Parts: sequence; C-alpha cells; structure tokens
Amino acid sequence: MSFWEYVGSRWEQLLVDSYLHTSAVVQTTLVATVIGVLVGVAVYRSPIGSTVATALTSAILTIPSFALLGLLIPVLGLGVRPTVTALVLYALLPIVRNTIVGLSTVDPSVRDAARGIGMSRLGVLTRVELRLAWPAVLAGMRVSTQMLMGIAAIAAYAKGPGLGNLIFSGLQRVGGANAINAAVAGTLGVVLLALLLDAAYVLLGRLTMPRGIR
Amino acid sequence: MSQNEVHSGTGVGRREGRPDDRDVASGGSAVSGVEIRLEEVSKRYPGQALPAVESVTMTIPAGNTVALVGPSGCGKTTTMKMINRLIEPSSGRITIGGEDAHSLHPDQLRRRIGYAIQQVGLFPHMTVGENVGVVPGLIGWRSGRVADRVDEMLDLVGLDPAEYRDRFPRQLSGGQQQRVGVARALAADPPVLLMDEPFGAVDPITRGNLQDELLRLQAELGKTIVFVTHDFDEAVKLGDRIAVLGPRSTILQYDTPEAILANPADDTVAGFVGAGAKLKQLALLRVRDVELGEVPTARVDEAPEDFRRRLTDGRSQFGLVLDARRRPVRLVSAVELRGVTSLRNAGRPVVDTVSPASTLHDALEAILTDDEGVAVVAKSRGEYAGVVGIDTVMATIRALRAEHEGSADEETPS
Ligand SMILES: Nc1ncnc2c1ncn2[C@@H]1O[C@H](COP(=O)(O)OP(=O)(O)OP(=O)(O)O)[C@@H](O)[C@H]1O
Ligand SMILES: [Mg+2]
Repeated sequence: MSFWEYVGSRWEQLLVDSYLHTSAVVQTTLVATVIGVLVGVAVYRSPIGSTVATALTSAILTIPSFALLGLLIPVLGLGVRPTVTALVLYALLPIVRNTIVGLSTVDPSVRDAARGIGMSRLGVLTRVELRLAWPAVLAGMRVSTQMLMGIAAIAAYAKGPGLGNLIFSGLQRVGGANAINAAVAGTLGVVLLALLLDAAYVLLGRLTMPRGIR
Repeated sequence: MSQNEVHSGTGVGRREGRPDDRDVASGGSAVSGVEIRLEEVSKRYPGQALPAVESVTMTIPAGNTVALVGPSGCGKTTTMKMINRLIEPSSGRITIGGEDAHSLHPDQLRRRIGYAIQQVGLFPHMTVGENVGVVPGLIGWRSGRVADRVDEMLDLVGLDPAEYRDRFPRQLSGGQQQRVGVARALAADPPVLLMDEPFGAVDPITRGNLQDELLRLQAELGKTIVFVTHDFDEAVKLGDRIAVLGPRSTILQYDTPEAILANPADDTVAGFVGAGAKLKQLALLRVRDVELGEVPTARVDEAPEDFRRRLTDGRSQFGLVLDARRRPVRLVSAVELRGVTSLRNAGRPVVDTVSPASTLHDALEAILTDDEGVAVVAKSRGEYAGVVGIDTVMATIRALRAEHEGSADEETPS
C-alpha cells in the first residue's frame, strides 16, 4: 500500500488523532498560560524571585520528555493525566520568562502615572501592565505551543492521546505492514498541525494586540 | 502665619498686575483649590545614611501655585510624592484641605489629586480620549458624562477633540503628549494638582507656550498647584510663591518671586536666582504698576511756535505731538521746532509704544532704544497715557528692594 493509499484508508483515524493532538496541546498551553502568568505576576517585582522562577522552569525543560513521562506514570497512572501534567510543565518556561520580561519592560513612568492618578494595584496590573505585556506573553505561548506539538507525540508512551500513537505503533512494527506509512503520517501530521497553529497565532496576535502598541 | 501675609502688602510688584492670571482670577472663577500643609515631614529611604527630606514644614495656600525649585537630588520629587502618598513619609503630617492625608485610602486620595510628570506616562495602549477619561471612570462617572468631560478637557488644553480623541499617544508630538498629560490630571476636577517638571522634556518655545497655557488654565480654575522644576525662570513665571530648597529639601527661602528676586535670603538662593535678577524682576512688573511720567503734548494742528514756547518755558527737553484721537505721532525737541510750518512733520515719528500691560522689561528695552531715553505709553486704542523714563525704572527697583528688605529672614521657616 502506498503512503497516499494508506492515508486515504485511515483518514478518519488520522483526523481523530490530529484533533486529539491539537486539543491536548492547545488546552495544556492555556493551562500553562494561566499558571505561567500568575507565576510571572507573583515574581516580576523581585529580581531574586524572577531568577528563581526562570531557573526552575528551565530546569524542567532540561528533563528529557521520555524520562519525565516515565516518572509521572507511577504517580499519575497512564493516559491523559501524565500527558497533561508533562505538557503543562514543559510549556511553563517560555510563558513565565516572557511574562516577566513583558511586565518588567513596562515603562516605569507609565506605572508611576497609573498609581499617581489613583488606579489600584490590581487596576494597574490588569488595565495597564498585563495589556502592555500581552505581546510578550503571546510570543511565549507561541513558542510553547510549537514545542508541545513535538513533545505531545511522545505522550503516546504514557498511552496519551494524539498522533504519537501512530508514530509509536509504526516504529514498533518496523518491517510490518504499513509500519513506515503510519510513522510518516503521524510525523507529517504533527508538522502540518504545528504550521496551522502558528498561523492561528499570527491571526490571534492581529486580533488581540492593542492598536496603540502595534 | 507669616508666610500668608506676603500678598497683603502694597506697593509695586503685585501679581495682580499680570493680565494673564490674577486679573482673570479675581474677576472670574472662585478658587477651587484647597490648602496643603506639611508639618515636619521627613523621609528616610531604607539603607540611606541621611534622610532625603528632613523636617519640612510648609503651607501652600488654597488656589496658589507653589514652585519647588532646587538642585538635582535635593528631594523635590520626594517631597511632592509624599503629598499623594506615592511615597509614604517616615514622619510628620500632611493635611489637604484640613484633612489628614494619612486617614484616607491612598487610591481615593490620589483620585482627588491631579498628577502630571515629565515623562508624561500616558497609557500607550489607550487612545487619548481613554487616557483622559481614566480617572472620571475610576470614580464612577457614567460613560456619557466621561465622554463630554474628555472633549471639554481636550478643548481646555488646546487640542481639537475631533482630531485627537481617537489617536494613540505614539501619534502625538512631545508637546501634545504633555497637554494630554495635563488634561488627564485635571479630568476629574481635583482641587490639587501635582506637577513634576511637566514641561522639562520639550523645546523652549513649546515650553513657553505650555507655561502660558498653564497660567491661563490656572486663572480659570484656581487649583492649588505644586510645581516641581529646577528652572528658576519657570518658577518665577508660574509660581505665586517659590520654595527654594537645599539639600534634604530644607527650605532656604519661601516667598513670592518678587521678594526672592529683590532679596535672596542667602548666597545659595542668590546663586540659584542666577544672573540678571533685576531684569527678571522687571519682567514681573507691568507698566501700569508704576507712576507714569508726563511730557508736554500738542495737537497736530497747533502752531509749532506756540508749542516751542511751551517747551522752553517748561524747560522740557522734548514734547509729543498727538493726532486728533490723541494718539502720539511725533516726538519733537524745542530746537527741532524752530522754523517748521506744521507739527505734522516736525521732529521724528513715534514708532514704538508700550502698553500698560507691557512688562517693565519691555519698557526698559524701549527706553534703551529711544534717542531721548523714554518709552511712550499708549492705551488700548493707541491713546497717549504717559511716558516711562529710566529714573522711573530705577525708582521701582529701589522701592522693591526697600519693600522686601529684611522680610526674607522672617519668612523662611527655620
Ligand atoms: N527610591 C529611592 N530609594 C533610595 N533613595 C532614593 C529613592 N528615591 C530618591 N532617592 C534619593 O533621595 C534624594 C532625593 O531624590 P529626589 O528624586 O526627591 O530628588 P529631586 O530633587 O526630585 O531631583 P531631580 O531634580 O534630579 O529630579 C536623592 O539623593 C535620591 O538619590
Ligand atoms: Mg525629581
């Protein structure tokens, strides 16, 4: 069976896996954004806090994904839970770091003026600082998403959802029928989805970037 | 309190003479500002050996503009920011309109105090209109009222609302941003306005215009303004009173610009006043504040010989020829009248006149330019009012010095 015949015969399966893959990545990016921005907001005023948060999240990123998943399985079992946990942890670094950078590069005089005219601390954060840091946060999310697309494939090792299953099952049966076709289809799917998501980010940026700072 | 008595004096040098502010203020709107008092206020930053501000006591009368001047790092900004509690004093008390600033929530306090700074600090992601509308929004005005107010404020600072309301700060020049900064500070009609070198970052011409507009605004609004600057000339121009600060914000002299120019409390203040103090004083005085001199006058159709006789009899050096509407047209000496047939072309034409609203500085310029050493004063329709000579200017300077003699020491809080 040629590659295209394979794709033609399995397209339903491919679509489901693509959908699950994307959905896992997008959802974990969102969770990581919430956590990452909260962490960034908590530490950006303190140089020590910022350094520690950045160092910790980079440390996570240096753990091989295979190892992290493997270590999570005994704790969280197989399937969605270890997958989501691992992906969120990996997505943190770019988001935390960009949030800190974004918040700390807000012009101090803008912050001073905001406080000076009587905005509350929370008001300054939500109406001024986070708005101005948003482009940086979004850039962090974009990097995280790209990274997670690849890492999510490995989640199949923990019986997670997504295109990784095709790749893994293909590679385990090398020499068998359609083994290579499955692996290639899975890999191409990941690359294609990554490109699509990146395009979606460009669009999101257009729509959400405040006009005054574009 | 001795500080408050300076305005009640008489004689030359009253600020009422400035058509661009006091006249309008006294005839126009009421004072909307409130008194600010600092009582032994100090600030010590953590980890610093010396306090940045040490025991400052000062009363800022309601509706006055007080300029804080002093060298860089002397604590002007720190002193100002303690008023709206962007910096909390280490000790001492600050009251605003009799209310202890410390008894209010800082955010509530600040919404009642306008705040404009050198870097402007406009919110770059908001339009000009949104920037100006922030404080009214914070204190809960309905959106319709906020929109009206935004347009009103933009008008007030000389920006056409239709053109500028929907622009973003980056689409404005530096001077326009400053205007928007002032509009934002004034939007919720606060009785007090704090301004930290608000015109420090623009070119001299724009700065002059912005200063003029602040004077105009203030004449209309009557706020209590604390204005930080290290430009003494700016302080003279804008301040009803000037506080010259030394290290740790100690008050070296706190008085009217006239008094400080006439009689600096010590060498440091004198150094700060800089060269040309007397000329700066003259720039604060108006021709209408001094007694005008008289010279013989004649109507254009009078016989030249009659006028010559009057001049020689009165031992006058020269006289003025006025036209049918009493406008000075020619300046003639007795000698020049010999043998002429008509006053219409005797002597030489009067080219430049000064008005009662001109500064004595302008008058002196005219005196120095004129061959006879006089400045001819003409009223609004060009009607002759009198002349100013060099002796009048000298007498004015002498009177000022006498008036402020010895007063500086008493009025500087220890
Ligand atoms: N946050 C701070 N922490 C420690 N020291 C400070 C702080 N802010 C100001 N200082 C110090 O306090 C002193 C007064 O500073 P301030 O900003 O009030 O001066 P300034 O008169 O406004 O000066 P400039 O004219 O340069 O603006 C300076 O010596 C400054 O170094
Ligand atoms: Mg300062």
